[in-house]
Amino acid sequence: MNHLPQAWGRPRDDVYGAYDHSHFQTAGPMQHTQSPIVTGTSVVAAKFKDGVVIAADNLASYGSLARFTDVKRLRKFNDQVVVGFGGDVSDMQYLDRLLLSLDVRENYQSADTPLSAKNLHTYLSKVMYKRRSDFNPLWNHLLIAGLDSEDKPFLASADLLGTTFTSPTIATGFGAHLAQPIMRRSLPDEESVQNVSKEEAVKLIKECMKVLFYRDARSLDKYSIAVITKDGVELKEDEKLENQSWAFAETIRGYGTQTA
Amino acid sequence: MTSIGTGYDLSNSVFSPDGRNFQVEYAVKAVENGGTAVGIRCKDGVVLALEKLITSKLLKAGANKRIATVDQNIGIVSSGLLPDGRHFVSRARDEASSWRGLYKAPIPTSSLADRMGSYVQAYTLYSSVRPFGVTAILAGYDAEKELPVDGQVGSGPSTGSGGKKEGGKHGGPFLYMIEPSGLYWGYYGAATGKGRQIAKSELEKLNLSEGLLSLEEGVKEAARIIYVAHDDNKDKEFELELTWISAVDGPTKGRHQEVPKELKEEAERLAKKALEGEDDDEDDEKMED
Repeated sequence: MNHLPQAWGRPRDDVYGAYDHSHFQTAGPMQHTQSPIVTGTSVVAAKFKDGVVIAADNLASYGSLARFTDVKRLRKFNDQVVVGFGGDVSDMQYLDRLLLSLDVRENYQSADTPLSAKNLHTYLSKVMYKRRSDFNPLWNHLLIAGLDSEDKPFLASADLLGTTFTSPTIATGFGAHLAQPIMRRSLPDEESVQNVSKEEAVKLIKECMKVLFYRDARSLDKYSIAVITKDGVELKEDEKLENQSWAFAETIRGYGTQTA
Repeated sequence: MTSIGTGYDLSNSVFSPDGRNFQVEYAVKAVENGGTAVGIRCKDGVVLALEKLITSKLLKAGANKRIATVDQNIGIVSSGLLPDGRHFVSRARDEASSWRGLYKAPIPTSSLADRMGSYVQAYTLYSSVRPFGVTAILAGYDAEKELPVDGQVGSGPSTGSGGKKEGGKHGGPFLYMIEPSGLYWGYYGAATGKGRQIAKSELEKLNLSEGLLSLEEGVKEAARIIYVAHDDNKDKEFELELTWISAVDGPTKGRHQEVPKELKEEAERLAKKALEGEDDDEDDEKMED
């Protein structure tokens, strides 16, 4: 009998025939993530003259099931950066831990200048691009909101393909279709950022969150919102949509129980 | 050291007939020449202080920091051979980060002290290595409230099983000192390096076990002790390094940080004033004689 270690625990060849290694799934090409599992929907963000407002709802969906309703998808990195995560929640948790280890390493020696939003966007976009180039993407669309090294408002995105983008307003997921046009009405270009106050920006983002809740079936009326200015990060994680009006729903035809 | 020259001091890991490891004792001697390092465990935080001796006028003032951060809530200062100290810190950082990798939570200060103690002790066991020429003071503040697991995104159901035992005490400020033998104890106040004797007697006067000293008072006392323990005759120049850790709701938000400039300057001013006061007293006594 074969007493060698590699045979331990295996069926005896002389009794059962040669071991079929395909049970270990070593045959065939290796597969990485083909689709996200538990997902968060849109993240929306807009610059204003002194900083950036960013928001995301507190829902993590399992397919079409509203599985987790208290998931915080905005993560504060330091006093001038917040990262908003759309897409796969477990990949978001991985990135969150990656950012935590970055923060720990960053503070081994006391630094005069903390990492800016721009630094963090560069870092995260490289992580995302590396992973897609390995054919093993992190299934997220990230918004990095905060201040750059000159304390100017900074907002940029990085997605699962490693694509980067910057704009006075950005929305991921469904928000790219539903919220972006609303935000562009008051923030069409970089110049217009100077004309928008913090209050106006917060109002705009809240309006977008409401529209998204009306029209995105994978969204929730509980959300998180963060305002990043020179004074630091003001993060609220248990907000509820206010003054909803579903009157418009009556005018929608073609769905539900209507007959005409 | 009557046993010097008997041959038992030449190799690490070899006992002398009277049960001593001379290499470890020589390592302790190396520590005794280092700048004084002090740690104080206060009621609401921990302070680390270091007398950094200036070895050259060509070194940039305020650069080359010697008190190191290991994890967000943990700091280490060491006295003795500097490169040994840096290696010690590097190992501590690896331990803290691997703990996070495994448990998704910060390493408790006691566990880090235990692991570093074991690590240092291993360097007394083999003839192929020498013991660490440092005594390290390790300070940490373990969170009292339950922390979210690293990467946690929600709080889960608000009802049901789980949770911690009510009324138990969790976390708080901690201070450990690890010696070249690998020996470590938890302390209320710890001192090592050249001025350790003076520093220890000053620490004893603070009655730290009563747990009354506040963090800010601790900072000022630490600065004063470093100034008192400094020997003007042997070492002219030194820089004071001061770091502290408070609870999450305290001034450092649970992090190990340098003491802010204003508080440090205030602490140094008071330390110098206290010293001048002492000198005056001595002068007065002489006058009376």
